Amino acid sequence: PAFGLFLFTIARDPLRIIILIAGAFFWLVSLLLSSLIWFIAVKASDPRDERLQKGLLIFGVMFSVLLQEAFRFLYYKLLRKAIEGLVALSEDGCSPISIQQMAYVAGVGFGLMSGAFSMINLLADALGPGTVGIHGDSQLYFLTSAFMTMVLIFLHTFWGILFFHGCEHRRWWEIAAVVVMHLTVSGSSFCNPLYVGSLVPSYILMAAAAAWAYVLSGGSAQNLRRFLLCKS
Amino acid sequence: MITFMNNSDSEEEPCNERTSLMSAESPPVPSYQDGLQASEAGDVQAHRKRRAGSSRGPNNIAGGEMSGSGVPVRESAPENEEEELTLKYGAKHVIMLFVPVTLCMIVVVATIKSVRFYTEKNGQLIYTPFSEDTPSVGQRLLNSVLNTIIMISVIIVMTVFLVLLYKYRCYKFIHGWLILSSLMLLFLFTYIYLGEVLKTYNVAMDYPTLFLVIWNFGAVGMICIHWKGPLQLQQAYLIMISALMALVFIKYLPEWSAWVILGAISIYDLMAVLCPKGPLRMLVETAQERNEPIFPALIYSSAMMWTVGMAKPDTAARGPSQQTWEAAEDGREHRRSPSHADSQMPETRSPVPTRPVTSLEELEEEERGVKLGLGDFIFYSVLVGKAAATASGDWNTTLACFVAILIGLCLTLLLLAVFKKALPALPISITFGLIFYFSTDNLVRPFMDTLASHQLYI
Repeated sequence: PAFGLFLFTIARDPLRIIILIAGAFFWLVSLLLSSLIWFIAVKASDPRDERLQKGLLIFGVMFSVLLQEAFRFLYYKLLRKAIEGLVALSEDGCSPISIQQMAYVAGVGFGLMSGAFSMINLLADALGPGTVGIHGDSQLYFLTSAFMTMVLIFLHTFWGILFFHGCEHRRWWEIAAVVVMHLTVSGSSFCNPLYVGSLVPSYILMAAAAAWAYVLSGGSAQNLRRFLLCKS
Repeated sequence: MITFMNNSDSEEEPCNERTSLMSAESPPVPSYQDGLQASEAGDVQAHRKRRAGSSRGPNNIAGGEMSGSGVPVRESAPENEEEELTLKYGAKHVIMLFVPVTLCMIVVVATIKSVRFYTEKNGQLIYTPFSEDTPSVGQRLLNSVLNTIIMISVIIVMTVFLVLLYKYRCYKFIHGWLILSSLMLLFLFTYIYLGEVLKTYNVAMDYPTLFLVIWNFGAVGMICIHWKGPLQLQQAYLIMISALMALVFIKYLPEWSAWVILGAISIYDLMAVLCPKGPLRMLVETAQERNEPIFPALIYSSAMMWTVGMAKPDTAARGPSQQTWEAAEDGREHRRSPSHADSQMPETRSPVPTRPVTSLEELEEEERGVKLGLGDFIFYSVLVGKAAATASGDWNTTLACFVAILIGLCLTLLLLAVFKKALPALPISITFGLIFYFSTDNLVRPFMDTLASHQLYI
């Protein structure tokens, strides 16, 4: 689905593609930094202590989430500057792309990159022979991973919109809400393999975020009804 | 013919024949036009710009047509308008370059992942005589550095040779050389590649069919690249050639040498293009003085000079566009040279903003396209291919390098728009790519693996 999103909405406009790739790049850099920290922490600690390792992992995840949000903020700043440049240079005084579109594209960029990193090795392994869950792990590993990744990608998209909107209008609580949501979703993944604990809250949060972003982007219930009923 | 198939230790044998031709491959052929050309063209184009101005609006909205048709002429007349237009259409050109680079990388990665031949170590090129099988780290490092020095010096010698040839107008020699190398590339490497692919998928093909296929492929390729042909076909051939070349490099360069060579080449690129006495810069300036297109070879152009084969509604353009091409042959100031093939291993590449030419009275507005040397394609693909081949983190690393290279390309094009002169395209992208490769392989991979095994999500 995320790829479909990409095809239909982003692939047309070259500027969006660039923003997408740049967004992916920012996510990558944040991942790099957070894994650097984790790596240092692991090397500095005792590798045999299970609980410590697990604790470090959790710490790594949280830190990574915070870093991702920080980079989203940095990306927002960069895009602001870019949009000012574009406006200044465009001939009719308005930029060819609005900040909301940029927010959407940035969100998709983040999401695609995070999804790709989560899924792609899995997919490659899935092509090979083997049985899922042979060591007593859950048999639904691939399925749940796929769903979780999808929900994460969508969430990143919505968070992008919410985050940028919050930055635009200086509503700090929106930004804080995004961060908290991200932390919650990551945290809920700690419940794996008890999938109920992670998938369900994530989907609920995604629905909430979707509705919120939709409203923020100017939609309303009437628009939705009109669209669904194919009225002109 | 058989000797080429078992490449185990008979590498030296084919190497001899190949070496003499390979040496033809090394020269860096920078193909970029300088911004000076643009300024000459400025006044000529000024009036066209005004005419183009009106059609700018709808064209802007019309947006993304592939390999340019109907993008209005932008010219260097007034400074700020020029800049504005540069940046405005900059995105489109970036994409026009993204797509082929991506395609090339995809082809290389797909081949590496599926065909085992290209990851087996079956000997080395004659350019990298020192083996890396030594037990100690220091020795290995030393060997790779020595390999790099040899390779780079070969490249430098070739470049200087080429520049001298160009300076003394030995055009026939250069043309012959290029044709010879592209011949070899198109036929020999394709044959090997096809053989390996067929082997991997266990498909049998008899010799007559093979001969027919390769002959057609090669002949059409030669025509397309060195003469005229539909733009997309030409681009496709250039991409194929770059991918083949990159695959050869990936196979025959030993590990550490490859990385050191990549680093050294980007430094060389930087110096050769920007230093006043650099060979590439001299090439550019010489071509400029003579008002010729830099070099009829080894660049990938994202749009055609003449309007043949473009998605223009009026195909009555054929007549006039032929004329344009002829006219262009002589009076080349602000024409882009037609897309050329890369048969050799071009050295420095840089994307170049080219000045479009408006033909005659009809609104045949040419594209403003960007050119990127084929060597850039090759080295980008080598980086990504090596990442795919040797990284244990597999796809993550490959993906990371891919994104890094694209971002580097973006930045380079941005700088190009700002500076408006020939720029080396390698350094930024390769630096990013290398950084990301090493860091992803060593830092991110354990992190992601641990996360994946616990099924945690960040």
